Amino acid sequence: MKSWIAFWNILTKDMRSYYLKPPNISWGVLFPLVWIAMFSIRSGLGMESLPDLLPGLVALSILFGATSVLSVTVTFEKKGRSFERLLLAPISLELLMLAKTAGAILFGVVNAFVPILIASLLTDLSAVKWTILTPVVFLIAVSSTFLGLFIAVSVKEVFEAQTFSNFFRFPMIFLCGLFFPIEHLPVWLRPVAYVLPLTYGADVLHASIRHAGRMPLTLDVGLLAAFCGILFVASLRNIRQKWIA
Amino acid sequence: MIEVRGLTKAFGKIIAVNDISFSVRNGEMFGFLGPNGAGKTTTINMLTGLARPDAGTIRIAGIDCSKNPKAAQHLIGVVPDESNLYPELTGFENLCFCASLYGMRKAGRQARADQLLETFGLADAAGRKFGGYSKGMKRKLTIAAGIIHAPPILFLDEPTTGIDVASARRIRQLIAALNAAGTTVFLTTHYIEEAERLCRRIAFIVKGRIVRTDAVEDLVCQTDGRHTVQFTVSNDAARLCQKITAEFPNLQCQMVTGGVIRVESSGPVRVGSLVRLLEDCGAEVSEARKVRPSLEDVFVRVTGIEAGTMKQEKEKAGKGDGA
Repeated sequence: MKSWIAFWNILTKDMRSYYLKPPNISWGVLFPLVWIAMFSIRSGLGMESLPDLLPGLVALSILFGATSVLSVTVTFEKKGRSFERLLLAPISLELLMLAKTAGAILFGVVNAFVPILIASLLTDLSAVKWTILTPVVFLIAVSSTFLGLFIAVSVKEVFEAQTFSNFFRFPMIFLCGLFFPIEHLPVWLRPVAYVLPLTYGADVLHASIRHAGRMPLTLDVGLLAAFCGILFVASLRNIRQKWIA
Repeated sequence: MIEVRGLTKAFGKIIAVNDISFSVRNGEMFGFLGPNGAGKTTTINMLTGLARPDAGTIRIAGIDCSKNPKAAQHLIGVVPDESNLYPELTGFENLCFCASLYGMRKAGRQARADQLLETFGLADAAGRKFGGYSKGMKRKLTIAAGIIHAPPILFLDEPTTGIDVASARRIRQLIAALNAAGTTVFLTTHYIEEAERLCRRIAFIVKGRIVRTDAVEDLVCQTDGRHTVQFTVSNDAARLCQKITAEFPNLQCQMVTGGVIRVESSGPVRVGSLVRLLEDCGAEVSEARKVRPSLEDVFVRVTGIEAGTMKQEKEKAGKGDGA
C-alpha cells in the first residue's frame, strides 16, 4: 500500500508539473491539427481522405507526445539531482520507473485521441474497430514512453535527449509503414523497418481504422509488447549501471 | 546502528574509498571530516544506496545493505550536499511529496509538513515556490525533507556549506536538537569547528582512507605530552618572548599577537615564575590560561592538511557548482 501511495504521488506530481502545463496541452491539440491541415492540402483530396491519414496522425501524436516530455524531464531531474530523491525512496526501481513513465503513457494516449476526436467531427468513423484501436493506442504509448525512458537514461544533458529522440523518431516515422507500405522500401531498408516497434503499432492502426493490416494481429501485438518489455528492462539496467554505479 | 567493514569503491583507476571500516552507535552524532575528494560523498552514497560498493559490508540497524541497498531505505533520511527539491513546487508541496515517497497518507503528511515548516522557521514561506527561496531557506527545507518521515538515522552531507552565518548557526541548532531527540546522525563536513561543536566522535578521511577515528575529547587530549600556556600582556610581547627564552631555555615561546605570548613545554609550565618574570620586565599580565589544542590542530597534525586550505577549496567548489 505504501508503495502505491508513492506511485500515485509521483504520477500526479509529474502530471501537474509537466504534462498539464499549458504549452504541453496546446502542443497536444495543435500538433494533430497542423498535421491534418498539412496532409489534407498535400493530398488535395479533402476530408474524405482523413481515415487514410488517421493511423499516421495517431501514431505521430503518440510518438512525439510520449517520447519528448519524458526524455527531457527525466534528464532534467537527473541533472538537478531531484531524481536522487526518488532513488532514495523505499520503493522498488521497477515501480518507481513505472510511476515516472505512467504520466507520459497517459499523455501519449490522450494525444492519440485528439486527432481521432477531430476526425470524428469531420468524417465518418463508424468503420473503426474501437476494441482493437484502444488497446493498441495504449501499447504504442507504452512503447514510445519506454523508448523515451531508454533515451533519457542513455544521455546526460537535456539537449542530448532531444537530439537522440529525433535520431530514433524520424527514421521510425518514414520506415514504419505509416505513409507508404514497407514493401515499397528498398530491399536493404526493410529489415530496419521490422526492428522498429512503431512498424507493428502502425500495422494495427491501419487494421483497426482502415481494415488494411498486413501482418497478423497477434504478431503485431505480441511484438509490440515484447518491444515494451525489452526497452523497459534495458532502461532499468542502464539506470542500475549508470545512476546507481 | 551503522556498521561498515572494508568498504571500497573505485571509479576506473581512481580508488575513491579504500577499505574503510567504522561504526556509528545508536543516538550518536558521528562526524566524517576530510578535504574535497576525500571520499565523504562516495561513502554516503554507498551507505544510502545511491552507489554500489566494490567490496565490503554495510549493516544499517542490523540489516545487510551490501547486497540490497533498498532494504534499509525506510530507516534513513538523506540531506545531500546540494539542495535538490523541486523548484516548481512550493515548500509545503515539496515536503508533502517527499512524505508520500515513504508511503505517508495525506492527513499525516500535511500535518508533518506543517509541523516541520514551523520548526524550521519556514511557515511564512510555505506557499512560495522552492526555486525562489534563499540558499539558507533551501538548506533548511532540504533538511526538513530529509526528516519528513522521522527516520531514526539521518545522513547529512555538508549541511552548512555556502550559506550565511545566521542560517548556518540555526541549522546547527536544529541538527543538535534532532540528535538530542534520539536521531542517529552521520555528518560529513569540511568545517572542523562544526564537527567539533556537534559530533561526539569523528573520523578523519583523507584520499579514501580513514586515518583516525576517535571521540572528540580524546582527539584533542592527545597532545603528545605538550603543555601550552597563553599569557595576555600589556605591551611589547616580542621583547618579553626573548626574555622568557633567555631565562627558561627549556620553554618554546612565541608571540601570537602584539599582546599575546604562547609558551610551550614538554612538561607542566610553572606559571608563577613566568608571571613574576614578566612583571619584573615591566609588563602587566592580565590573563594566563592553559591552551587546549583545537580539533583543527589535531586534524592538521594527523592529516598534514591545512584546515584553511581545505575550507577555501570547498568554498571555491561550492561557488563553482552553484551550491
